[in-house]
Amino acid sequence: MPEISLRGSTAHGPARQSDRLAGMFESFRRRGRKALMPYMTTGYPKLDSLEQFVPAAAEAGADMFELGIPFSDPLADGATIQHATQVALENGVTVPYCLESARRLRQRHGVTAPFVFMGYFNPILQYGLERFAGDAIAAGVDGLIVPDLPPEESEELYNACNSAGLNLIFMLAPTSTSERVKLACQLGSGFLYLVSLTGVTGARTTLPETLESFVARVRQETSLPLAVGFGISSGALAQRVATIADGVIVGSAVVQRTSSGNVETVVAFIQELRRGIDQAGSPAS
Amino acid sequence: MTLSASLDTAVLDQWPDSHGRYGPFGGLYVPETLMPAILELDTAYREARQDPAFQQRFLALCREFAGRPTPLYYAAKLSALVGGARVYLKREDLAHTGAHKINNALGQGLLAQRMGKRRIIAETGAGQHGVASAAVAAMLGMECVVYMGTEDMRRQALNVYRMRLLGAEVRGVESGSRTLKDAITEAMRDWVTTVQSSYYLLGSALGPHPYPLMVRDFQSIIGREAREQILAQEGRLPDALIACVGGGSNAVGLFYAFRHDPVRLIGVEAGGRGISSGEHAARFSDPQLGRIGVLHGTRTYVLQNMDGQIAATHSVSAGLDYAAVGPEHAYWMSIGRAEYTYATDTEALEAFQLTCRLEGIIPALESAHAIAGVLKLAPQMAPETVLIANLSGRGDKDIHTVAEALGQDPEKV
Repeated sequence: MPEISLRGSTAHGPARQSDRLAGMFESFRRRGRKALMPYMTTGYPKLDSLEQFVPAAAEAGADMFELGIPFSDPLADGATIQHATQVALENGVTVPYCLESARRLRQRHGVTAPFVFMGYFNPILQYGLERFAGDAIAAGVDGLIVPDLPPEESEELYNACNSAGLNLIFMLAPTSTSERVKLACQLGSGFLYLVSLTGVTGARTTLPETLESFVARVRQETSLPLAVGFGISSGALAQRVATIADGVIVGSAVVQRTSSGNVETVVAFIQELRRGIDQAGSPAS
Repeated sequence: MTLSASLDTAVLDQWPDSHGRYGPFGGLYVPETLMPAILELDTAYREARQDPAFQQRFLALCREFAGRPTPLYYAAKLSALVGGARVYLKREDLAHTGAHKINNALGQGLLAQRMGKRRIIAETGAGQHGVASAAVAAMLGMECVVYMGTEDMRRQALNVYRMRLLGAEVRGVESGSRTLKDAITEAMRDWVTTVQSSYYLLGSALGPHPYPLMVRDFQSIIGREAREQILAQEGRLPDALIACVGGGSNAVGLFYAFRHDPVRLIGVEAGGRGISSGEHAARFSDPQLGRIGVLHGTRTYVLQNMDGQIAATHSVSAGLDYAAVGPEHAYWMSIGRAEYTYATDTEALEAFQLTCRLEGIIPALESAHAIAGVLKLAPQMAPETVLIANLSGRGDKDIHTVAEALGQDPEKV
């Protein structure tokens, strides 16, 4: 057995997290609605593009948003998001700008959907973990996903998020062992992010046949909502995922639609995903 | 100069801990998809490390395939020129495939085979690790894919062809600065996708645990040999060791066996066009850009902007052209066990030419940084001082870069 374990883990569920996320999932659970969470890179294709896309997508049926903080070396991302983050950096996006962008979406545009930041560890570390968690909450952000921060390295950020009340969302992959599933279920809050496939982000035409059993395997361990992402590129795939999961995360396929800067293209795709999700049946027994 | 008496070197052997930490440095910052593979690798390596049969096979291949031990050569004319120390060169350039990289490629190749992997992924900057990996994969009968920035492919065209001759597939990387950093990122993306079947053969003492440990272990044969050789040739320990530091594998490989000895350990980073230009790869010498951060799975000194975006680096030598330094070097620097300086492109090119003419050895441009360090430091030393510089690789691959930098055309001489 590996000798690695979480140092000083106090893993007994974080206190007083932002409850916008939990509230949404709880209300959806009662209504039988599945959450649609598009990912968009802050600052792509134009610096303030999200101020058009996010309100329109919320109107079109998106329930929550994953807001990307660009990083120069996004090693879990495929070509689409790599390109978007590169453009965003060239547009001058910084961590403070991402916080400001989220704050504007809340205050100026009145978006009430939960926001989750998705960003690699180094820019957050340089900003300061406690300062970041506090400023994210102040900006109206509800959760944080850090793809290069496994539970083993999460202690400092976990404590910072915990004291600020920010949900730290952990990822699980098809390769995750049952031990690791248990660890993420213990530490995670808000929801768990299930990576549908073994690979980097990017639109796919199919998803692995083992997806259903993977989701079921995690479901046995936790009452946290489960959201599935990576590869989902159409209403049909969104429907399949919504049948088994509580949330559907669509990244690269949305980013492709944002590239032209045309809001109608984004809205049409969100509507397609929404229709697919709403047609999903109840989980197969 | 002697080591600070207050430093108890026993502390060095406490690291890495089970989390791959070297003090506050190191660790394993990788996506969840890779975590099970990293833990499996950690377990497999710990077993192999304790297995005498594995170690014997490694040492036999170091002898019979790689041509070890490499000589320790007294550079008489270089010593006379600097007039302040007896300078020895550890001749890693004479190892098979032309650099120290073969030591680690052999060790990890054997581990990959032991783990039942059939496909090797590697990244390369100067091409030396790519060539070493390709040679080992061919010898062990494995598939080999090497990621290389297209800027480096241009600079190191000869090594690209060499890898292809050895049966490897070289995949050009167009992202970022199209150098080593981008090659590592792309290799990690491949690994995230093919983790069940592939072994990632990382070439330097960086990346997530257990890579810094494995690479140091396999490379530390350099220092073990050098220590025996200098005792036989000089009858005493050296006063100082000098090696270039990109990720830092040849440096840690030379230094490690001397860590408890009263020997100065001096790393030479790539000073590029000078620290104030911002165009360099000197992580320890630029307090503005070089700060503690996380890149490619490890916490260490990283060249970055104020917002935590990784800085573009520059060095005339592709192998040193990287934004982060191995975590064990960061730790040794932080506690004062090793010291770090830098050599600029110009200084390295001068040292390159000097080594050619004076000693009849064409050093790699990376190794020329170590020689440049000798040229700077040795004149201040007493004549009886003994110094070992790691001549980590040979420079045939660099002749086009050198010719270009000197405004010459090697085809028209």
